[in-house]
Amino acid sequence: MSTLTQFDVLAIRREFPILQQEVHGHRLAFLDSAASSQKPRQVIDCLEDYYRRYNANVHRGVYKFSEEATFAYERARGKVARFIGAASQREIIFTRNTTESINLVAQTWGATNLRPGDHILLSLMEHHSNIVPWQMIAQRTGAILDYLSIDGEGRLVLEELDQKLTEQTKLVALTQQSNMLGTINPVRLIADRAHAVGAVMLVDGAQSVPHMPVNVAELGCDFLAFSGHKMCAPTGIGVLWGRRKLLEAMPPFMGGGSMIKVVELKQSTYADVPARFEAGTPAIGEAIALGEAIDYLSTIGMEAIYQHEVELMAYALERLVNVPGLTLYGPLTTEQRGGAFSFTLEGVHPHDVAAILDGQGIAVRAGHHCTQPLHRHFDVPATTRASFYIYNLPEEIDRLAVGLEKASKLFQ
Amino acid sequence: MDDLYQQQILEHAKYPHNFGRLTEPDISHEEHNPLCGDRVRIELLIENDIITDVRFEGRGCAISQASASLLTDELKGMPVETAKAFSKEELLDLIGIPLTRNPTRLKCALLSLKALKAGLYGIDHLNEDDDDL
Ligand SMILES: Cc1ncc(COP(=O)(O)O)c(C=O)c1O
Repeated sequence: MSTLTQFDVLAIRREFPILQQEVHGHRLAFLDSAASSQKPRQVIDCLEDYYRRYNANVHRGVYKFSEEATFAYERARGKVARFIGAASQREIIFTRNTTESINLVAQTWGATNLRPGDHILLSLMEHHSNIVPWQMIAQRTGAILDYLSIDGEGRLVLEELDQKLTEQTKLVALTQQSNMLGTINPVRLIADRAHAVGAVMLVDGAQSVPHMPVNVAELGCDFLAFSGHKMCAPTGIGVLWGRRKLLEAMPPFMGGGSMIKVVELKQSTYADVPARFEAGTPAIGEAIALGEAIDYLSTIGMEAIYQHEVELMAYALERLVNVPGLTLYGPLTTEQRGGAFSFTLEGVHPHDVAAILDGQGIAVRAGHHCTQPLHRHFDVPATTRASFYIYNLPEEIDRLAVGLEKASKLFQ
Repeated sequence: MDDLYQQQILEHAKYPHNFGRLTEPDISHEEHNPLCGDRVRIELLIENDIITDVRFEGRGCAISQASASLLTDELKGMPVETAKAFSKEELLDLIGIPLTRNPTRLKCALLSLKALKAGLYGIDHLNEDDDDL
């Protein structure tokens, strides 16, 4: 396969210490970045540098390390803001991950804005973290959940918007890219439709922000949630972006240090955003390392990263559809699609597929990928998923295809 | 992986022994593995505190199904008290593959034993992490 990639994948691979390893005597083919990406040396060094050289709590001390840590932490916030085109870095709230970001919106915005009979519109392809928080707040407020369906190729049935997006809809919460199907959704179109009926739009960017250029102004949404660990940063750090007007009208999420102005015995006044939503000591080193990961990705270029994945995807589609007994769920073209491929192999349980591939040094995921409603829709208890990132090579897709054929034979 | 998918496992997964349902079981219990959707139901016929017949039914990976097949072979004619005390080490011995450092697959392997124990002790569902059985 000829490659048009604008960057040197082999050079990139050398930056990732973990990829230098052998697994069961084979070179590691890591095809599970949709679950969590690997980390480049730059990010690991950045985290280590913080703990070795200037570890201190932020926003409190006046001594040198604390000032340095606070400066780096806030500079990371600025990097995140520029990365996603936020109007101000005050609109960036550091959380633990996508899950916490969505729960934050549900528990604060949701608790104050949802009334009995209000509707929340989701889609069938949402990750559990963009379903369960809404179920919880719906139970508390009396709001009602609706779901956009998907068609045979795993795309949203947009015709349903006419009937499911109404004056009663107060919130639309939608993933930009499905972690199971790879489908990229037309967020802008749906955000405009949502706004036309007065609804607020939250986008789950867990799978999109790491893999393509994402700009909140262009998306036209009101909230964006994503996780650092899927974009070369450490675990324990995530982001919620929200429009400042909305954030300022929201009550706090958790109570504690850092989120207050004045604390009295019976009541307190709360800090301005974003501090209002960052109670307690945050993941300081991890936030700084997220800033480093953003620098790393930006140097490569998000458009180039996306193009690289499109090439891998085109090759994977070609190779995988020719594996006997393989059923692929999700779009069969690279059009509006990301690099996650979920499939079943006739006669072989997904767990066995994954274990057999593991034996050849190929890391894939098996299970329901936190999308049980979607698996129920396709009437499969589990699938195997291979997903790509900047460091993957076409030859790893060859190894995947060969491994799958081997698994088929073993169980024949 | 060649360790995992030995001939015995593949044979039992493809052609499981004691697969199906009993018409009037004394004990019938199903356990699920919520992580991967695997399920195993074990049914027992008991006479004078002896397991006189056994069937299992389920869906899942080769390890979970082969484990159920091997376990049910063992149970036939076994005193209930012995079955109650049947340990996970004994089951792993039967399966004959090294799984102790593989917690996810261990859950698959032990699903049938979980169904057996919960059924025998009349417990609704054993805890997810109740791997001590
Ligand atoms: C689409 C999508 N949303 C949300 C999440 C949850 O991310 P996290 O576990 O980092 O909170 C994931 C990750 O698995 C995801 O793929």
